Amino acid sequence: MKRIYVNEKWCLGCHLCEYYCAFANSGKDSMVKALKNVTINPRIRIEERGGISFAVSCRHCEEPLCTKSCITGALTVNDGVIQIDKDKCVGCYTCILTCPYGAIVPSETGAIQKCELCMNNSAGKPACVAGCPNKAIVFEEKE
Amino acid sequence: MSKYVIIGNSAAAIGCVEGIRQVDQKGEITLIASEPHHTYSRPLISYLLYGKTDEQKMKYRPNDFYKKNKVIKRLGETVTEIDKKEKTVTLKNGEKIPYEKLLVATGSNPFVPHMEGLESVKNRFSFMTLDDAKALDKALKKDTRALVVGAGLIGLKCVEGILDKVATVNVVDLADRILPSILDETGSGLVKKFLESKGVEFHLRDSVERFEKNKAVLKSKKTIEFDVVVIAVGVRPNISLVSDIGGKCRRAIITNNKCETSIKDIYAAGDCTESADCATGDMKVMALLPNAYMQGETAGINMAGGTKLYENAIPMNAIGFFGYHMITAGDYIGQTYETLEGENYKKLFYKDNRLMGYIMIGDVMRAGIYTSLIKNKTDLATIDFELIKEKPQLMAFSKKKRSEFLAK
Amino acid sequence: MAIDFLYPEYEIKRDRDKCICCRVCERQCANEAHWYDAELQMMMCDSAKCVNCHRCVSLCPTRALKIVKTDHTFKENANWTGEHIAEIYRQAGTGGVLLSSMGNPKKYPIYWDKMLINASQVTNPPIDPLREPMETKVFLGAKPGRVEFNAKGEIKNNLSPQLKLEVPIMFSAMSYGSISYNAHESLARAAKELGTFYNTGEGGLHEDFYKYGENTIVQVASGRFGVHKDYLNAGAAIEIKMGQGAKPGIGGHLPGIKVREDISRTRMIPEGSDAISPAPHHDIYSIEDLRQLVYSLKEASDYKKPVIVKIAAVHNVAAIASGIARGGADIIAIDGYRGGTGAAPTRIRDNVGIPIELALAAVDQRLREEGIRNNVSIVVGGSIRSSADVVKAIALGADAVYIATSALMALGCHLCRSCQKGNCNWGIATQRPELVRRLNPDIGYKRLVNLVTAWNHEIKEIMGGMGINSIESLRGNRLMLRGIGLTEKELSILGIKHAGE
Repeated sequence: MKRIYVNEKWCLGCHLCEYYCAFANSGKDSMVKALKNVTINPRIRIEERGGISFAVSCRHCEEPLCTKSCITGALTVNDGVIQIDKDKCVGCYTCILTCPYGAIVPSETGAIQKCELCMNNSAGKPACVAGCPNKAIVFEEKE
Repeated sequence: MSKYVIIGNSAAAIGCVEGIRQVDQKGEITLIASEPHHTYSRPLISYLLYGKTDEQKMKYRPNDFYKKNKVIKRLGETVTEIDKKEKTVTLKNGEKIPYEKLLVATGSNPFVPHMEGLESVKNRFSFMTLDDAKALDKALKKDTRALVVGAGLIGLKCVEGILDKVATVNVVDLADRILPSILDETGSGLVKKFLESKGVEFHLRDSVERFEKNKAVLKSKKTIEFDVVVIAVGVRPNISLVSDIGGKCRRAIITNNKCETSIKDIYAAGDCTESADCATGDMKVMALLPNAYMQGETAGINMAGGTKLYENAIPMNAIGFFGYHMITAGDYIGQTYETLEGENYKKLFYKDNRLMGYIMIGDVMRAGIYTSLIKNKTDLATIDFELIKEKPQLMAFSKKKRSEFLAK
Repeated sequence: MAIDFLYPEYEIKRDRDKCICCRVCERQCANEAHWYDAELQMMMCDSAKCVNCHRCVSLCPTRALKIVKTDHTFKENANWTGEHIAEIYRQAGTGGVLLSSMGNPKKYPIYWDKMLINASQVTNPPIDPLREPMETKVFLGAKPGRVEFNAKGEIKNNLSPQLKLEVPIMFSAMSYGSISYNAHESLARAAKELGTFYNTGEGGLHEDFYKYGENTIVQVASGRFGVHKDYLNAGAAIEIKMGQGAKPGIGGHLPGIKVREDISRTRMIPEGSDAISPAPHHDIYSIEDLRQLVYSLKEASDYKKPVIVKIAAVHNVAAIASGIARGGADIIAIDGYRGGTGAAPTRIRDNVGIPIELALAAVDQRLREEGIRNNVSIVVGGSIRSSADVVKAIALGADAVYIATSALMALGCHLCRSCQKGNCNWGIATQRPELVRRLNPDIGYKRLVNLVTAWNHEIKEIMGGMGINSIESLRGNRLMLRGIGLTEKELSILGIKHAGE
């Protein structure tokens, strides 16, 4: 399955992935409209320190602890993509308790949000990957 | 003949169905449960009262779950005994259902201790099942005065569920602090203060001496008038089906890492079991939905002839009240590191270069990174502990490890 | 000091309606021209720090940025231009030599743009390169004057070592030090994929790049940095650098701050020491001396590798080239006055040397006249900007061309001409690790391959139009060129007729 891979060697810490993610999931048709005067809450986050930086988002684990732990059944695996039914999620944060990458974050509504590889938004394919200027984030098949 | 019989219809049972179907697409599965409902998530009953979910959304799996997984469901029926020689289970109506492999996922029941005069109380409830919640909900009015006995996880989730629907909520508990099973004093104090600010009144180090219809007289001689009482002092694992036929039990059914009981071809999973805490090796009841699901799935895979071990369990919990969240995991032993900033509290427990447990309240971002340190028994010497103390982050791991996490 | 203040030449323009304060511009500007003011909740900028490299413009996700030429001006004066005035102020303030980088940007004639290419009509019909085979392969090196036979009557292999190029384009010398590790890796990988060559420049060869040896030309310059036996044998050819188009008559200069651990090891000089190449090779004061070095290098490499001698295009370039050809070189590389550099004194860069077009025509003509044209191949560089320039160069007599500025642009260079500052925001002309990282060779090499592949397609198209199906038939074929707007003298040096003739 195609997954997002992050190579910190090429990460510039520019944070563009976060902005492209926030835009892709905003439902708006322009980034200015979506993000002007907004504190973004993206599904991909940069960690940075002392010249090292890298993006972290859902790894879409083959053995996903989050879906197995989800108390509502809101987190499901569909064709390898772990998806969240925000309507079903009650915001208990058991997934935050179990995700070993810290890749699940609360959304503005209290329900959780996570990377769904942009399958359910207007981008259609991972916006962070398309927006990364240095191929530090790639979307590819690896075996 | 049914190849697989599952007693129960909650997380462990569903995990078992999904585990079996990973290995065996065809073998007949019969699922028997006392509750008549489509599988639902029990922890959601408080959210149902609170209005954050509804009966449809509470369904733990979609409507077509049983059909899709070819499960013969026998809902609303109760197993009264297991015949381990004949390999059958007997229903209340006397019907015997044979099995090749059996899963006992009977969960637990609310424990209601003897309390003087309790039988004189008309509106008394437990808070465990969907029916409990619906019955309680019916009894609530705007001017209801509610009394909750027990300031543990169930009692306080009930409080959250009903607080906005009633006039007053009083909580009584024998312990000196709320949520004693998951929080230390500081954490407990923070949550208590928060709940008090929402209007909850606590009576700690106290207990109900006797009930007099709509009045509870406490040991401290305080009296509390109420219209509705919820008893949430604890639960008892339902072990009798297994213990009656000689299966090894202590407080709960003892299971190994394949989720087998001591009886051949009988597996057990969920709140009715004890299993090993991977961080300490101790046998424990770790009643939490994720553990139940993963035990059930492990049992299912092994029942169907696959191989899977359940050996990553630790006590853990994620809970929140009115948007104030706390996540805890592991055992509270060893040295500690704590920070408290406003409503955000964090305490780490570490020993012999390993993280043993943690408490996070308020800011719970990325707590799972701590959880994985406990589960994986990560040697803290191999990571930047100072960094990870500050906040959960992958930066604290070595470059090689980070690359394994993110680039592989 | 306030009297030293010069209003910036270019201004950063931010469209506040579009800016979402994502701070990408701030994070990506090594010159610290942008910053976020938390109090005003606004991005701020200082145009005086801007070098006009467009990194922020390219990365701004809402297209809120542009850089414009300022309308601030001195009182107009056709003689004392703003540039002259500003440079005088700068020198009055510092007392120093002005430094610049990349090629001569002045308004001198560009002869490429004064030559037009022929196409076939009716007779000698054009060839469609998509339907017919079209050869752009080139072999560089001395060609034997005649076929020789041994006593048994078999043909003797009297061919000198050759470089085989799949395309008539090579990447010219840029040292590791002047450009980054990742830029070098991109060039090396692209050369390999394209079946051509890149050039180490005078900085030695990093141990990681020995594996690209078959596509590497190793350079020996006056400083002899990084030169040792393994190095000489690591590449496919050895180039002696006598001069560079951007700064004829002076040697290279890499400041000590750029000489970090890796570079110090590669150049075989102490960390932090300035790498200053002497203006001359101290062992070369004559063609005879040069011949000695050529043969020393051939000896060291077992006569298996062609030796290139690179010179800057200067006044008597034809005579010099003749000497080089007679000195035993297999290939002569000529670098025109618009050739790039990582750092050169501005006055030298802008005023020394001659156009490559004229130098090439003169050299080719001279070698032909002397009957030694086949003893050497000619490679020209110094601002080859497009496939049309390549075609014109070959028609003027070149065997192949060297490109560097165009290659750097493929890697992201926006020609801000600030290489000498070492803060290249595109990760090319810098050794700061956090900036070097910005050039991912996986992207870089692919863009180089794209560029050269595209040019090669165009070369074939143009050749096809002329009815020529092999680059061999184009070489020195000046009939295919016509001058436009050129004087008799210029036409005669170029050896071409005027359009209409």
